[in-house]
Amino acid sequence: MTSIAVAASPLVEALLARADDALVHAHRLSEWCGHAPMLEEDLALANVALDLLGQARSLYQYAAEVEGAGHGEDDLAYRRDAPQFRNALIFELPRGDFAETIARLFFSSAVMLPWWQAAMTSPDARIAAIAAKAEKEITYHLRHAGEWMIRLGDGTDESHARMAAAVAKLWPYTGELFAAEHETIAALLPDAAALRPAFEATVARVFAEAGLERPRAGWMQKGGRRGVHTEHLGHMLAVMQHLQRAYPGAVW
Amino acid sequence: MSVVTLDLARIRAVAGAVVDPEIPVLTIADLGVLRDVRVSDGAVEVDITPTYSGCPAMNVIAFEVEAALAAAGFPGARVRLVLSPAWTTDWMTQAGRDALRGYGIAPPAARAGRRALFGADDDTPCPRCGSLATEKLSEFGSTACKALWRCTACREPFDQFKCL
Repeated sequence: MTSIAVAASPLVEALLARADDALVHAHRLSEWCGHAPMLEEDLALANVALDLLGQARSLYQYAAEVEGAGHGEDDLAYRRDAPQFRNALIFELPRGDFAETIARLFFSSAVMLPWWQAAMTSPDARIAAIAAKAEKEITYHLRHAGEWMIRLGDGTDESHARMAAAVAKLWPYTGELFAAEHETIAALLPDAAALRPAFEATVARVFAEAGLERPRAGWMQKGGRRGVHTEHLGHMLAVMQHLQRAYPGAVW
Repeated sequence: MSVVTLDLARIRAVAGAVVDPEIPVLTIADLGVLRDVRVSDGAVEVDITPTYSGCPAMNVIAFEVEAALAAAGFPGARVRLVLSPAWTTDWMTQAGRDALRGYGIAPPAARAGRRALFGADDDTPCPRCGSLATEKLSEFGSTACKALWRCTACREPFDQFKCL
């Protein structure tokens, strides 16, 4: 089935950015279903993925209404191609080992908890309502990921080495999470740069307990917010969108 | 055309008696998921709110509310999903908490406080033997709203309805 063209405005783009973050992250987490290191973790990652999928749906529904082109949440999720996705690159990277999955969940939750907290006071009532739900859910995600960061970082030589490698690999992808919003809608959404102190404080606290070192400032990867993605996203979308592309409008 | 006496209290009772498909001892009134009931231009409107953003039970609950109202003589009711104010376990009634415990699920703590990132867990009595010698196995259980615990006194594992 053909792709849709999205009538993009700054607000639609900003909503899609966070919706795509949540959807793509949810999909990567769901890949662990049936493969996690233990049953409790299998359930936990699937639960976190479900929360993110719910947040993505709320954001896509609102983006579709703002766009006003008659599209629905499923059109936005299943009928856009990779260059139309606005997710940050960190979410589309292959799930990697368990340490990488946890490090990604930790970094993103450490940014998104203060992001949603700030969004709760948005003058846009719809954004504030979505935020009030998401903030409660992310609190659980951050605690879960933080506990695993400590357990693996302060665990065996093997778990420490793997977690240190995951942190080194993913750190250069964290910068994109702080990109500024378009000036015309900046008042509706949190000022990403202002979230840095909260993010750094969470990282400092958890890394101190986990015996991990915060990587030094350096080159940061970016591109996802303007549709320039790694090759991994296309492969992921081919799997995720296959059914709706092959059988348009299929329902249960 | 018959005149239907629209009785808000009766509509609320019928809609509120619909049970959560995952926890059938809890009605959506006890759960705090039923938010509002209105009649406008002769049409019944019901507001429900999700416990979690991704709660997969919402579609079933909306369908059951419509079906229950139709069976009670109020066909064509519309169910609306509202996000604000965000659902909290504080809205669960005492009857709901007691029903959960009787079903083997520890009810949420009385008040959904702001928890520290790595704070200690609230005391969670075992729903079977009442002992406080319990430990959390995982903060994520069989559904988004439940955590997994076990009792070290009677050795039974149990679900806990998470504080939100």
